Amino acid sequence: MPVLDVDDLTMYYEIPFRGFVRAVDGISFSLEKGESLGIVGESGCGKSSLAITLMRLLPKNARIIKGRVILDGINIYELPEDRLRKEIRWKRISMVFQGAMNALHPIIKVGDQIVEAIMLHEDVSKEEAWKRAGDLLELVGIDRSRLDNYPFEFSGGMRQRAMIAMALALNPDVLLADEPTTALDVIVQAQILKLIKDLQRKFGISLILISHDVSVIAEMSDKVAVMYAGKFQEFGSAFDVFLNPLHPYTKGLLSGVPSVKGKPRRLKSIPGAPPNLLNPPKGCRFAPRCPFAKEKCFEEEPDLVEIEDKHYVRCHFAEELREVPWDVSE
Amino acid sequence: MSQSSEVVVRVENLKKWFPLRRGLSDIIFRRPRRYVKAVDGVSFEIRKGEIFALAGESGCGKTTTGRTILRLIEPTGGKVEFLGRDVTKLDKKEMKEFLRRKAQIIFQDPYESLNPRKTVEDIVGEPLEVHGLVDTKAEKREVVSKYLEEVGLTPPEDFIFRFPHELSGGQRQRVAIARALVLEPEFIVADEPVSMLDMSIRASILNLMLDLRDKRGLSYLFITHDLATAKYVADRLAIMYLGKIVEIGPAVEVIDNPLHPYTQALISAVPVPDPRHKIGDIPIKGEVPSPIDIPPGCRFHPRCVKAFEPCDKEVPELREIEPNHFVACHLY
Repeated sequence: MPVLDVDDLTMYYEIPFRGFVRAVDGISFSLEKGESLGIVGESGCGKSSLAITLMRLLPKNARIIKGRVILDGINIYELPEDRLRKEIRWKRISMVFQGAMNALHPIIKVGDQIVEAIMLHEDVSKEEAWKRAGDLLELVGIDRSRLDNYPFEFSGGMRQRAMIAMALALNPDVLLADEPTTALDVIVQAQILKLIKDLQRKFGISLILISHDVSVIAEMSDKVAVMYAGKFQEFGSAFDVFLNPLHPYTKGLLSGVPSVKGKPRRLKSIPGAPPNLLNPPKGCRFAPRCPFAKEKCFEEEPDLVEIEDKHYVRCHFAEELREVPWDVSE
Repeated sequence: MSQSSEVVVRVENLKKWFPLRRGLSDIIFRRPRRYVKAVDGVSFEIRKGEIFALAGESGCGKTTTGRTILRLIEPTGGKVEFLGRDVTKLDKKEMKEFLRRKAQIIFQDPYESLNPRKTVEDIVGEPLEVHGLVDTKAEKREVVSKYLEEVGLTPPEDFIFRFPHELSGGQRQRVAIARALVLEPEFIVADEPVSMLDMSIRASILNLMLDLRDKRGLSYLFITHDLATAKYVADRLAIMYLGKIVEIGPAVEVIDNPLHPYTQALISAVPVPDPRHKIGDIPIKGEVPSPIDIPPGCRFHPRCVKAFEPCDKEVPELREIEPNHFVACHLY
């Protein structure tokens, strides 16, 4: 049985008198134990909205239209808020979010902050919690003597490590990391990504990694979902999605990414800008930017179809375009 | 590439030290003033039609170098020659008529670098007015339209009356490029011009900059933290660490065959858009020290996995190890 099963999850933001922003629109996936899923997309595609919907950390104007999030067999949207807080968040699913390193309380010792998270969920003595906090810091490569430090005595990378330690404090089944390294320098980023990967393997955690950075997703993920305008446009193994992309959006995205490896080739971009999700286009949401779009694309919304074994694509013409590379004149 | 041997910018031993404020006890005990040595003796040349990239992590001094060259920040020491003239000795009038016309800058964040209360026409046309190059409104519109077209904002009539908030990030950066181009400069400092933009449009801005170089023979100082982008756009690349250049050479050469242990660590940390590639251990120790207390000898030695005898005592000089490929390291 999968650890996490998400089915047709749909969350809109209500804007009074104007309608709904369709940020998360019919997302389905499942995650096995120890597996890592990378969700990649541009700003405004709904990936962070998906993250807070999975955690049920919604703002007031968010509306769950339909769908389910089943974590370890429990539908998290059927639990009362207090049980959710006590039994699910942190314990079964925890989150490291964007700029998490600034989420530590500035005038409370790092150790006390980790202890607080442990003691809120488990009935342990302060001494034992403190010892566990020290073990956690060592796990992420920080000396346990630093428990007595305040966050300002840590570098950015160390604060991010401390946040990861906190997220793992209660042995969650799922770790949700939303842009965990975006504000960090490249060397620290690589060290943090490697740490997440090692801990994930060590404890068999299922990882959901959200990033705008195609390369980070490629390095870290078993499965990859390409998100655009609130929907998964392509979903499959990292090898399928990166080495044999079938959706025109994925092809376009990958054509624009430079690499330090190999000979430089002329990069290509995607014309236009993502649609306003208050009024998404009829038909395929990518059609207005797609050089291959035909009449049908503007009329009829394609489904996410399994084109090859476990490789899903939301495009009417994925088969016909299989061998066609992304090529746009600028 | 299309560069010639004509040197547009020559930077020699450039220094920018920011003084720290002295506390009362510093004054009582007569402690010497301390400095943040943001740029600490940097030298390079940029030739006509060349894209020269300056790369490094945050705090390495790459942005300060770019701004000091344009005298947006006054240098503490050293020399900057632009088109054969010493920039550090220009008076106010020469600054306006020479440097501010012939050299321009594009900033990182097009959401902050454009005045939100001005239209695109006024933003792009302002340099023309400041320098008295247009007399009438019609003339200004004509020139602005020409440059909007050149940066791909077509038809220009659709853009001239818009405000920055009515444009996408990529369009804003195009406006910033058009504003840099209207004075027909010889040299542009581009400070992380694509790092705030979405992946899908970065390539179009980079390609625009490459095309403008080919068409106009422009020279760029391209400041970036992203080595993959540097490899794509740059002819030559310099890697900076704590205010000094540690390695400099042809961009592809520096990235495919890095010689300095810091460059090697940096490149091994760059994620690759290929699932067959996996991040390994990065060959580096510790964290970047403060630019106030710069380590003696080679400033990288406390973090270097290959440090040996002379590294904590002697400062390594940049030496040509392979043709046009210079490294400041005692290993070679």
